Amino acid sequence: MTGLIDVNVTLSRWPFRRLRGDETSALVNKLREHHVVQAWAGTFDGLLHKDISSANARLAEECHAHGRGILLPFGSINPTLPDWEEDLRRCHEVHKMRGIRLHPNYHGYRLGEPIFAKLLAAAADRGLIVQLAVLMEDKRTQHPLLQIAPVDLGPLPELIKQKPGIRLVLLNSLQVIRGDLLLRLVANEQVFFETACLEGLGGIGKLIEQIYARKLLFGSHAPLFYFESALLKLKESVLDESTRKAISAENARRLVL
Amino acid sequence: MIWDLHCHLSGVSGRTPDERMAQLIEFANRMGIERICVYMGMHWSSDPKPEDFRQQNDEVIQALSHWHHRAFGFAYLNPKYVKESLAELDRCVRDGPMVGVKLWTAHRCSASELDSIVERAADMKAVIFQHTWFKVEGNLGNESTPLDMAALAGRHPNVPLICGHTGGDWEKGIRAIRPHKNVSVDLAGFDPTAGVTEMALRELGAERIIYGSDAGGRSFASQLGKVFGADIPESARKLILGENLRRMILPILKLKGVSL
Repeated sequence: MTGLIDVNVTLSRWPFRRLRGDETSALVNKLREHHVVQAWAGTFDGLLHKDISSANARLAEECHAHGRGILLPFGSINPTLPDWEEDLRRCHEVHKMRGIRLHPNYHGYRLGEPIFAKLLAAAADRGLIVQLAVLMEDKRTQHPLLQIAPVDLGPLPELIKQKPGIRLVLLNSLQVIRGDLLLRLVANEQVFFETACLEGLGGIGKLIEQIYARKLLFGSHAPLFYFESALLKLKESVLDESTRKAISAENARRLVL
Repeated sequence: MIWDLHCHLSGVSGRTPDERMAQLIEFANRMGIERICVYMGMHWSSDPKPEDFRQQNDEVIQALSHWHHRAFGFAYLNPKYVKESLAELDRCVRDGPMVGVKLWTAHRCSASELDSIVERAADMKAVIFQHTWFKVEGNLGNESTPLDMAALAGRHPNVPLICGHTGGDWEKGIRAIRPHKNVSVDLAGFDPTAGVTEMALRELGAERIIYGSDAGGRSFASQLGKVFGADIPESARKLILGENLRRMILPILKLKGVSL
């Protein structure tokens, strides 16, 4: 198998459970074992920490210290925090990040609010990829004191139309996005999806009957999900070699150039 | 050897049970799965009347008809209709090709109505599978939790039972059934959250864990990842992937005179 690019891994500690890959070195070993040549890494600290500047600094340090460049840090931005613009600047200028990761449902804003449009515009001005995590876990199994609904993506198709420079990757979205919303998002060249939460028999093969394969990226949601679950999805679907390569790495490589 | 405890005809493309079964087998082949257990029909209902569960079982029997060397069927029953469920058990398992029982969300499995079904199924050596979930937002009205399963298991300590989905919220589900040695957990049908298989092994032992997928709603792949991705000994992986299920099904196959 040629090298994989995994656009959906996360460092540090999941708040509710220790994970075998929550030490960066262990995660890197797992990724290397499965021929991952690049992984786009957010931080679990970005979900709930208010000192998000230090969370992003730690993320950048960890990515630098482990894996000899395999990890690309994607810092978290919370636009409900005062002076979030400085966090964005540091991600871009200080940490030299290629993109950012957003958690609107954990940070408490809706996509229809002006602050989200402002953040998208600021990220686009800096040429940053924006990853938006639609959910982190099944809402049925969440901690009773922290029940977080998936992000409502309803406003997104219209909003994206107005931001021509943005490159948006929706993480953990494919159990939520269906039907008309999927088609409206697919119609926009700037929106991409990844495989971590894609389900159903031969799920990748079925999905690319609906959307162009160039819109789909390989994502594992490791270490919260078993990495092997994502890997085996590539085996389950009948894909021609060029499609397999595109989803496994080439689509992501083109996006991050 | 991989045997899949938990497959359905729904969520699979095809206009007929035969077409859908062929699809299931095609994907199972790609993933190296030798045998699959299939239950419930083309169109589900959570509280089926007898004519409904009979029809769904007929669809599964039809789906199995060309695949007895690759697939097993479980009879879908509704404990609200005990007399009819027992008759269906006789029709599908004692006198038919099926080897197990599927109980879903029509009635909580802690209810006394389950007792005669469990006893009759145990007499036949049929595998007994009960759907369970712990949903933080609240279960469906009559949807069982693993605690219901624990209550049932306590009344039938010598009957092997399977706790479907490990209760979904597996950190609670495993604890709920842990004291009941006759209960195994099904790994199917919830997100491939890392750690489930390791915790089940630590708390229950490898002999009480069974791989299943919940295909076609889920993929074989995502659910196999729970076993192939787990940090467990190879001996445990073999038990989970197929040997435990084979051990549970062999007695009824022997009664039926079927050899593998």
